[in-house]
Amino acid sequence: MSERLGIVVSGSLNKGVEVKLDSSASIEDMAVGRFVTIEGAKRRFFGMITDVSLGVTDQKLSLTPPDTTDPFIAEVLAGTSTFGTLHVSPTLVISGDATTMLEGPQPVKTVPSHFSVVKQATQQDVELVFGTEDEKRFFIGTPLDMETKVCLDLEELVKRSNGVFGKSGTGKTFLARLLLIGMLQKGAAVNLVFDMHSEYGWESRDERRRKVKALKQLFPSKVAVFTLDEEGSRRRKVSTDFVVRIGYDEIEPADIALLRQTLNLTELAVEAVYQLTRKFGRSWLEDTLGITSAEELPEDLNIHESTLQNLQRGLATLKRLPFLVASAPDNTVKRILEYLDAGTNVILEFGRYTDIAAYILVANLLTRRIHARYREATEKAMGEDAAPPRPLVITIEEAHRFLNPEVAGQTIFGTIAREMRKYNVTLLVIDQRPSGIDSEVMSQMGTKLTCLLDNERDVDGVLAGVINKNEFKSVLSKLESKQQALIFGHAVPMPVVVRTREYGSAESYKGFAPESQAEEDIEKLWE
Amino acid sequence: MAEIERVGEVIEASTTDFVAQCYELYEIPPLGSLVKTRDSSVELYGIVYNATTTSLEPHRRPIARGKDETAEEEIYRSSPQLTKLLRSEFGALVVGHKKDNKLYHHLPPQPARIHSFVHLCSPQEVKEFGQSLDFLNILLNASLPVASEELVSASLRQMSQAHPDPRAFLVAAGKELAILLSGNLNQLKAILGRIKQ
Repeated sequence: MSERLGIVVSGSLNKGVEVKLDSSASIEDMAVGRFVTIEGAKRRFFGMITDVSLGVTDQKLSLTPPDTTDPFIAEVLAGTSTFGTLHVSPTLVISGDATTMLEGPQPVKTVPSHFSVVKQATQQDVELVFGTEDEKRFFIGTPLDMETKVCLDLEELVKRSNGVFGKSGTGKTFLARLLLIGMLQKGAAVNLVFDMHSEYGWESRDERRRKVKALKQLFPSKVAVFTLDEEGSRRRKVSTDFVVRIGYDEIEPADIALLRQTLNLTELAVEAVYQLTRKFGRSWLEDTLGITSAEELPEDLNIHESTLQNLQRGLATLKRLPFLVASAPDNTVKRILEYLDAGTNVILEFGRYTDIAAYILVANLLTRRIHARYREATEKAMGEDAAPPRPLVITIEEAHRFLNPEVAGQTIFGTIAREMRKYNVTLLVIDQRPSGIDSEVMSQMGTKLTCLLDNERDVDGVLAGVINKNEFKSVLSKLESKQQALIFGHAVPMPVVVRTREYGSAESYKGFAPESQAEEDIEKLWE
Repeated sequence: MAEIERVGEVIEASTTDFVAQCYELYEIPPLGSLVKTRDSSVELYGIVYNATTTSLEPHRRPIARGKDETAEEEIYRSSPQLTKLLRSEFGALVVGHKKDNKLYHHLPPQPARIHSFVHLCSPQEVKEFGQSLDFLNILLNASLPVASEELVSASLRQMSQAHPDPRAFLVAAGKELAILLSGNLNQLKAILGRIKQ
């Protein structure tokens, strides 16, 4: 049964429609972000409440309010002289014409006629729009005040780069982990996660400090955990598959260019790196650090003493990172690719190296090489008419450090975000300062999942290019600080506010990965 | 069906209202009550908006008689002719009619006929008539010697008695009034103040 809320009284396609509430519907029961259906004369529309307001027929009422302590007068005036209005933005047509019957919900191109009846959307309506869980749709959460599932189309999702945004502590990590689980569960793509705070691999803790299982525990056969901090991983009792070591010779000038701000290098110092590489080749880093004064520099290098000192200071910081070694015993990139080719997802834990310099260096260095290999493989596949490599999704945190307008043009992440799916590599960007991300990169993102944001600039950043931006602004800033997110973009038919799926209970794990539960039960028998 | 109470006879009629004389002195239907008068094919419904008691002859005014009497009733007992020399009349505003067993909440094609009998409607009829609140508009727009808010509130109070849930009826009527009087808040307030329970 659907509850009648009111009737359409005015509006436009651009700005959405105004709905006058019936006196039987209490305005206090309405909430922005809730779904409604509008029964037009020929078509049924599906939309979302984006604003709620109060109205009076006579301005005198607001100047000399009647005695509403009398329940009779209050009851008479409610819905007649004083009434509530809803602002609804219709987004989809769900039935009524041939296309919707054949192809499902379609975007709106018109508005419902005057006095069309507005009802609360039923479970069936929501299911019709957001689909049911199947082999390519992943259940991400439920709409507000409803038990229906909102499903993401993962095939669509991995075609483009995506973003998870939200203030610190609003559940970005949980949301991102859910997305990763979805991709693992449906096998939509292989993932490479640069896990700065070691939260995705084995386990992490929720805000109540309870342990929650992460990917390796849920999908033991599909996930490999790589670590930079072997000791730390051992202390946390995480079984790792590979210890990453990076040789000095693997660091290239472009890596240093990206770290310019973090290492506090001058432009000239970065320029010098290019000269030094040309001169010394792969051993440039050790050679440069070996030079004690500018006089020792080869004749043909035009590097000033102060620039050299500046560069050496920066490089010394890098060299102190224990995972950097003179020459790496194994080729990390090759190993990662082997796992990815086999369909195993790789999570790279940074352990105690949560320093942003380490994160930027490693993420950029590995991604550049992996992307190059993917590019080769895709081009080869195109030339030979063979199957392209498996879609790869690279997850990065603190994304504004890689994708801010100054460096987005230079880093590999900027390139991936813009090139989109040509080479089957896309990004999953996790960030708390979306305003810091280059607007060009932002506009190329397919699906954005955002938790509460209250900084005006961040909200603008996330919603840049969205139609009816102002309406979503009010929705976004009214999200609860936990477990709620606004999702919009290619993977959902229309923007939607969800209460994200539960994560952390035995029940929830069963839903994510039924097979892991069976294994656990067997393990328990042995205890 | 119970015998419908006969209260008078039409002595003056126009399209919008009729005046009836009561058979008994002072036996006037209450202000705002629903009355009806039968024509050959049409039943006219009216709402009592005004009542008067005057001398039979317009030029002879009654004189005070109670100086030596101890109670008011004694006056009528010592001068029994008084009940024949005075008469009670009431005016009813036509608010609807019934033709071929169908109720219309607008004016009938013909006015009432002189000497038609006037009956007080039964609660059942009042309830039936109150299904639609369209008559409120007629009451509000008529120019009458009685203030329209008095008449509207009196008739609604009367009508609500015939309903199983008087409060729900009054709320529904209040809402209708709030729409009709959206530009006249003071009148609305006055009526609501008079019908609230």
